[in-house]
Parts: sequence; C-alpha cells; structure tokens
Amino acid sequence: MDIFLQQILNGLLLGSIYALVALGYTMVYGILGLINFAHGDIVMIGALVALSVVTALGTSMPVMLVLLIATAAAVAVCVALGLIIERTAYRPLRRAPRLAPLITAIGVSILIQYSAALVWGKQYMSLPEIVKPGKIEFGGAQITTTLAFIFLLACAIMAALLWFVKTSRMGRAMRATEQNPDVAGLMGVDTTRVIAFTFALGASIGAIAGVMVVLYYGQGHYFMGFMLGLKAFTAAVLGGIGNIPGAMLGGLLLGLIESLAAGYMGDITGGVFGSNYRDVYAFIVLVLVLMLRPSGLMGVSSGDRA
Amino acid sequence: MDRRLLIKSAAAVFAVATTLALTACGDKTPPPAAKKADAPKAPEVQVIKIGSASPLTGTEAHIGIDIRNGVQLAIEDANKANVQIGGKPVKFELVAEDDEANPTKATTVAQKLVDAKVAGVVGHFNSGASIPASKIYADAGIPQISPSSTNPDYTLKGYKTTFRVVAHDGQQGPTLGRFALDKLKAKNIAVIDDATAYGQGLADNFEATVKAGGAKVVAREHTTNKDTDFKAILTKIKGKNPDLIMFGGIDPQAAPMKKQMAELGIKAQFIGGDGMQTPNFIKLAGDAAEGAYASIPGLPKETMPGGKEFLAKYKAKFNAEVELFAPMGYDAVMVFIEAMKRAGSADPTKFLAEISKTKYTGVIGPIAFDDKGDLTNGPITIYVVKSGKWEALETVTPNAGANNAPKGDAKAEAPKDAAKK
Repeated sequence: MDIFLQQILNGLLLGSIYALVALGYTMVYGILGLINFAHGDIVMIGALVALSVVTALGTSMPVMLVLLIATAAAVAVCVALGLIIERTAYRPLRRAPRLAPLITAIGVSILIQYSAALVWGKQYMSLPEIVKPGKIEFGGAQITTTLAFIFLLACAIMAALLWFVKTSRMGRAMRATEQNPDVAGLMGVDTTRVIAFTFALGASIGAIAGVMVVLYYGQGHYFMGFMLGLKAFTAAVLGGIGNIPGAMLGGLLLGLIESLAAGYMGDITGGVFGSNYRDVYAFIVLVLVLMLRPSGLMGVSSGDRA
Repeated sequence: MDRRLLIKSAAAVFAVATTLALTACGDKTPPPAAKKADAPKAPEVQVIKIGSASPLTGTEAHIGIDIRNGVQLAIEDANKANVQIGGKPVKFELVAEDDEANPTKATTVAQKLVDAKVAGVVGHFNSGASIPASKIYADAGIPQISPSSTNPDYTLKGYKTTFRVVAHDGQQGPTLGRFALDKLKAKNIAVIDDATAYGQGLADNFEATVKAGGAKVVAREHTTNKDTDFKAILTKIKGKNPDLIMFGGIDPQAAPMKKQMAELGIKAQFIGGDGMQTPNFIKLAGDAAEGAYASIPGLPKETMPGGKEFLAKYKAKFNAEVELFAPMGYDAVMVFIEAMKRAGSADPTKFLAEISKTKYTGVIGPIAFDDKGDLTNGPITIYVVKSGKWEALETVTPNAGANNAPKGDAKAEAPKDAAKK
C-alpha cells in the first residue's frame, strides 16, 4: 500500500509540472488555434536562466531570496521571449494558412534550442545544492519538502489562473477572443493585446514550471524542453486542447498514468511490457481518449475551430 | 556591402593560397630524379606516418586532444630513440585528424588517413566513431588501435585490422557483477538500463554474472537516455527491497537517479559503469553521489606501471594533466612500432600479422591481444565516491580474478623500455 501511495504521489507531482507546461499550449491554442511548439523550449530557457542565477548567487543570500530572484529572472526572460516570438514569428502570419504558423513554430523551437546551446553550451548544467530539503512521511510514502512545495505551488498557480480567467476583465477578454476574435474586436476588445498577453502569461507559467523542473531534478540542458514539451502537449490534447481546466486534468492524469504504468504494468504482463514502455502507455491512453472523445476529456466540440 | 567585400577578398586570398600550395606541391614532384641521384650519398631515412583520429573540437575535445598528445609523445620518443626497422633508420610522422566525435565525420577522416598512406591509426575515441571507421581501415588493410572504444561490437566485425588497448564492456559488466557479489555481498539486486547499446549491454552482462553467482535479480527496469524522472521505477524497486541497484547508462541519468533514490529513502547501494564514472556525475548528484560505485576500464593513471613517469613527461611537454586515454594512445603507437620492428617493415601488409602477436609492456601495463583484437587481461578499476571525489577502490583483471592495489610489479621498467627502443 505504501508503494502504491508513493506511486500516486510520484504521478501527481510529475503531473502537476506537465499541467503547468500544458497550460501554455492550451491557452495559445484556445485563442489562436496555433500549436506553439516553441513553448517547451521557453520552459527550457526559464530553467537554464534560473540555473545560471542560482549558480551565480550561490549561498551569498538566504535560499528563499535566491530562488525568488532566480524565478523572477526566469519569468522576465521568458515573458520577453514569448512576446518577441509572438510579435516577430506569429503575428505576421495570423491570417496565413494554418500550416504556415505551425512550421514557423517548429522553426522557432529549433532556433531557441540552438541559441541556448550557444549561450549555455551543450553539456548538462547542475544546480548547486543550496536547498537541503527535509522529508515528509505519511502512510509509508515519502516526499521531500521541496517537492511538496512544488506541488502546492503548482496547484496554487492553477487555481489562480482559473480564477483570473473567470473573473478579471482581461480574463473575460481572453474568453471572448477565444470564442470569436473578430466579434470580440468589434465589441471593443483589443485582440492583439489580448493575444500578446496570453503569450506572456503562458510563458511566465512555463518559466515557473522550468524553475520547478530544475529544483526537482537538479539539472538542466538545452534539449530538455523537447520531451517535456511533447508530454505537456499530449496532456493538453488529452484534456481537450484549448480548455484550461482540461490541460490541468490532462497533465495530472498523464503523470499518474506514466507512474502507475511504469510501476505495475511490468508485473501485470509478466515482464513483457516493462517500464521501457512507460511512454507508450501515455500515448495509448491518448489514442483511446481521442477515439472516444475526439475533442479530449473536457474539450467541447466546436464547429469551426476544433 | 562591407561584408561582401570581405568575403570576396577572403576568397581571393584563399584562391591564391591554394594555387601557391598546389604549385608548391607541383614543384616537389619533379625532383625524384635528382633525389635518386643523391641516394647513394646517405642512407635514405624512411618516413612512416602514424594516424591519430579523435575529436579535437566540440564538447569531447579535451579527451580527443589528450589522445592525440599521447600519440605525439610516443612518436617523439621513438624518433629520439632512432628506431631502425629492417636495419634502416626511420622517422615517424604524426597525421592527426579531427573526427568531431561524429560517426559520419569519422568515416571521412578515416578515408583521409588511408589516402595519406599512414602505416597505422590510433583511434577513434568514441565507439560510435571507431566502428564505422573500422571498415574503411579494414578495406585498406591498415591496422587500427582504439585507445578508448569499449563497445564490444567494435572488434566483432571480423576485421583483422581492428584492435583496442582498453577493456571492453563485455568484460566490464561481469567485473562489476563479481564486485557486487564478492565485495558488496549483494543478494537482492535491481538492474536498470537506459535502453542504449552501451547501457543495455553493460546491464545484461552484469545481470548474467550476478545471477550465475547466486544473487537474485529482483527487478529489471528500463528507462531512456533522455529521461530524468525515475521515481516510478525506483518506487517499484523500493517495493522489492534490493540491497543493490545497478545502472547501465551515463551520468545525466545516473545522477538524478541517485538523487531520487535518496528522496525515496532507498537504502540500497548504487553501482554503474564508466558512463557514470565522471566528475560530472558528482556535480549533478551533489551530496547524493556519496557512496556510489562505478568502474572504468584501465588502471588509475597514477598506478599504471609507467604512470608516474608518463604523467611527468606529459606535463613537461604539454603543461597539462592527462585527462584519460593519453597513455593508451602512447602505448598504441609503441605497439605499432614494436610490430614493425619484428616484421622488419613498415608495410601494413607485412607487420599486421605481428600486431596480433604483441607481447609488450607499456605505460598501461602488459599488452596482448586475443584473436578478436581485444586486450587480454585488460584491467578494470572500481571507484567509489568519497567526500565528493572518485576514489580508486580496487583494480580487477578479468580472467585473473581480483587483485587489490596493482602496485609493485615491474613498475619503472616498462616506460624506459618504451622510450628507448
């Protein structure tokens, strides 16, 4: 039982990071109908910026302050990057056929990756051990205080985002733009600003996710955004792309599936499908969900922009 | 506009330079007649080219340059010693090429070395480069000695020209296995690999050995060489309660794995191969690295039979520390030269057969090859992380059982031998 509980915890933790990254995909998709493949790499930039800041500051300041500065720097850089990408790569293509921005997104992704390789080098960077986490134990399962903090923060960010989109003026403008950008524009919504804001918001959440990844695994690398982005994108599709609560659900679910599949499928199938098929299970579930519910778990099938 | 001008002028300069070089080359060709006339005057010194192929640029450049330096040092020593082959004085010349640790580039470089008519090649560094290049050398009949490639496949292609002066992973896995059984007294073992040729091969060899030795493999898990999250498989392993976890893979996975073991409160010991025996592992895993075991082919450079002298010589020449494989590169050249001496010829068709008969004591210790071209009795050293550093624990010679601390035997003789002959 304690092993099972531990696997659930592992899955939720991993899933909460997927969910944060998935939000970036889903928000942009919801408003622009664009899959921003560069989002995973924005997360990577956030992670590497945070790593550099922590490495530079070291233990010269209290740990929490260092982390706060690192996160602020990561958010600042990522928001700037997100805005630049939106302005230079996507905005000129807003009325172009859908394939054009998609290819552009892939190009931007590669551009960011190799720019990062030039800036930070291709080797793995490590996080200096500034945090000495304590352990929390319950029901035989263990979790470090850092990881508990990451999980709670992720939940808080998701809750705040839901609240923001539901209640704030900008949130309402976002929802309006999502439903129909032209009509929203006629109603006096500055859609260009709303779209830029969405990119910035997605990038800042991505940056925080990047810092979390660094704190969790203690390392960073110019290519780390690729797999993370792919998983998060899967999570977004699983939950229903374009749907914010769906991305959260999809992320958590994906983490749980991966964790439980790696933990138990090997024994269930007598070692035939062991942990090497971990990623396969996530995609099997995705395929099944899409077959039964083409617009994802929480997605609403909308006529023209699904 | 300026830039275009610059490019144009650069191109012009290049063109002129090339033409000059070409005409210079052209100038050289006519004189053979004249040279022939001179020949009786003094005995012609035959120039023998030795190739060196390793990454000289890129992230692995420090290791590749290290190998090239070892080769260069050996060639200089041999020239100082006025080696004679077949009764005639010879002069050795280094042809160093950069394979960028890239399999495709490696084959280009190999062809280049073949075209340069080298007598033998020391290289490449990466298994992934050595293997494709080996076909080109084999087709040309040029012997190749890799100082560092440990993938078993390298010598399994059936080429007569392929050798290595380093133990391979088929020997490393069993050595790790015996260490786990005999020294760590492991009874219940979990094995994880990264699903690469290197990682899985190492883990398979390890698993076979510990199973044969009576230990129980309680879990066999896989991950990838891109993953950083191992919580799920580690949690599963925790449920099986092993006393040792073995990982076949490299440091970017090994380090977070060791870290997550600590986070999950897994008390088992952790062991792996040369892929994680790096300073990077300690950097990435931090405090969690403490107590991890890992093996690496070869002796610790300080305790190599000719190690101290070699390190001093290397330092004096290059004003740098030996990284890893310079001693192997040095010895590889000496193996070529010894074979040429015995064959009385620097013609690969003549001295190739002599390489397989090598019985030579070099910097790294005794060198002999089995019928595949693998180093027989290549030592493997096991290290442990102690206060943030890899510390040599013991050296094992496969096929000969464990012998602790390989000091003593024939220490100072070997390198002198190597230098003078």
